[in-house]
Amino acid sequence: MAIAETPTTSTAAPEAAKPPSGKKATHWLSLLVLFLGALIFLFPFYYMIVGSLQAEPDTSLRGAFPTGGLTLDNYSQINERVDLLRSLANSGIITGGVILGTVVFGILAGYALARLHFRGRGTLFAVMLLVQIVPFQLLIIPIYVMIVRTYGLADSYLGMILPFAINSTAVFLFRQFFLQLPEELFSAARLDGAGELRILWSVALPLVKPAVLTAILLTFIGPWNEFLWPFLVTKESDLQPLAVTLANYISNVAGRAANPYGAILAGAVVLAAPAVALFVAFQKHFTASELGSGVKG
Amino acid sequence: MSETTTAEKAGPAASRRPAARLGSQPLGILFAAPYAVFLAAVFAYPLGLAVWISFHDYFFAAPGAQVDRPFVGFENYTAVLSDPEVRKSFLNVFEFLVINVPLTVVLSLVLAAALNTVVRARTFLRVSYYIPYVTASVALVAVWLFLFKEDGMVNQIMGSFGPNPSWLVNSTLAMPVIAVFVTWKQLGFFILLYLAALQNVQKELYEAASIDGAGWFRSFRNVTVPGVRPATTLVVILATITGANLFTEPYLLTNGGGPNGASTSPVFVMYQKGIEQGTPDVAAAIGVILVVIVLIIALISRRILEDD
Repeated sequence: MAIAETPTTSTAAPEAAKPPSGKKATHWLSLLVLFLGALIFLFPFYYMIVGSLQAEPDTSLRGAFPTGGLTLDNYSQINERVDLLRSLANSGIITGGVILGTVVFGILAGYALARLHFRGRGTLFAVMLLVQIVPFQLLIIPIYVMIVRTYGLADSYLGMILPFAINSTAVFLFRQFFLQLPEELFSAARLDGAGELRILWSVALPLVKPAVLTAILLTFIGPWNEFLWPFLVTKESDLQPLAVTLANYISNVAGRAANPYGAILAGAVVLAAPAVALFVAFQKHFTASELGSGVKG
Repeated sequence: MSETTTAEKAGPAASRRPAARLGSQPLGILFAAPYAVFLAAVFAYPLGLAVWISFHDYFFAAPGAQVDRPFVGFENYTAVLSDPEVRKSFLNVFEFLVINVPLTVVLSLVLAAALNTVVRARTFLRVSYYIPYVTASVALVAVWLFLFKEDGMVNQIMGSFGPNPSWLVNSTLAMPVIAVFVTWKQLGFFILLYLAALQNVQKELYEAASIDGAGWFRSFRNVTVPGVRPATTLVVILATITGANLFTEPYLLTNGGGPNGASTSPVFVMYQKGIEQGTPDVAAAIGVILVVIVLIIALISRRILEDD
């Protein structure tokens, strides 16, 4: 049903805004609630940046609005303790691997589930839904046994990528978007003698390009922010993603730094910035209607 | 799931020809194969392995070593269920869910409904709400540690009204703080879900309610809430799953499930018992119990949804 809407919710808004005609008071009240909410959501991010720039931690209310004395010292401090660039690169490699796996194999699977009749399709679809209910964390012990003990993939990028290699929510999204394309498109292409791979590549894929971007954004969140799994399978700090190095810093080394909170918050800013920047830049592709058809069955 | 029936119907009727037995477009098997193999390797097989480990005396051995791992029946399960640490962690998650789920449902629905009536600043507001959702827990925990520490800003503002002992080292408050943290972090995603669901509520219903003289609250209660009920079921299921997953917050925010185990979670105990203490059999039993609980909750919620 989400296709009926325009991709950006903001353009669909004028109709939705009809109810408060003549009810100015309620309208202003909801605006007040919304902006108050936004303040609560954004303040910790603002405070993260301010805290990372303070030479001495000032936790008073006034300290949140400094008038001067800001410094980048905390950034060089955390960079001395942990290799920020190296950790960022590791996060990027792991996330890139997951996105690559999801895009290549997820699109193929999504296309097959939506457009091809083959034996076992129903079963595959059911398992795909089940996977989204049973969280990965609950299977952490057997997956650890398999990947670390049986295959010896501890301290390797492959070991960190493998459990997330194809994001099932993204596969579901791909299926939904291929399903929404008109059948005539496919029968016409098949009549012309085009093979399925050719149809997928030059007919279907160009039509769902924005959806692919949505799926990539959604896939990005998992591996970039994941802590538990890379934490379990890596001992070498050279291979750890930033979420793990920062967490280790918080729980082990923080006591030794001159301004531990400043250094921690500086690390937090470096970890948060790429994700925030990405989702602000591509916010058009991460809206209710884009996701709505994906999360619903 | 209509494709299940069509796939099965096509099966027996055409089973004479080997090619047709694979379906009318067997190429689909090839397309879906990598994903199917992936699901088998990181979902189906581990699920089976978890059950197998939980019924055996399983321990980590040197790679390649031949070791005897005898069948022990329900021994690991009785060990788990009689362990006060494990019971505490389940109670903690229960407390987490009691706070987190209602808070999530109410706040995300109210904010989504309000957001739905706004035209200007809509993009700014929407993005503000989902920013915590896309940010790493580890980064957000860092700020909350700073905000809620003994002499942090929250206690500075509250002055003598601040709790003693402070938030994160207070055994009554540690779990509620984690529950509020997770609510705040996840809320943006649920707002998007409700926003999508609100597009399906018929505008005429609001008009009818307004003709009947219903105010904002009555039309919210009588039109909006019933109109998004399927989404509410989904929100409840997903929020519960998030609760069953809890690890990073007790590990970092309350320094390892502290104080005195007041904020441990089952996944945290699994990590302690399975990896740190080297009893993966007991940890696997905790995992199996959690999977069963999550599936039961999902089934019950679906039943409620289908009753409509």
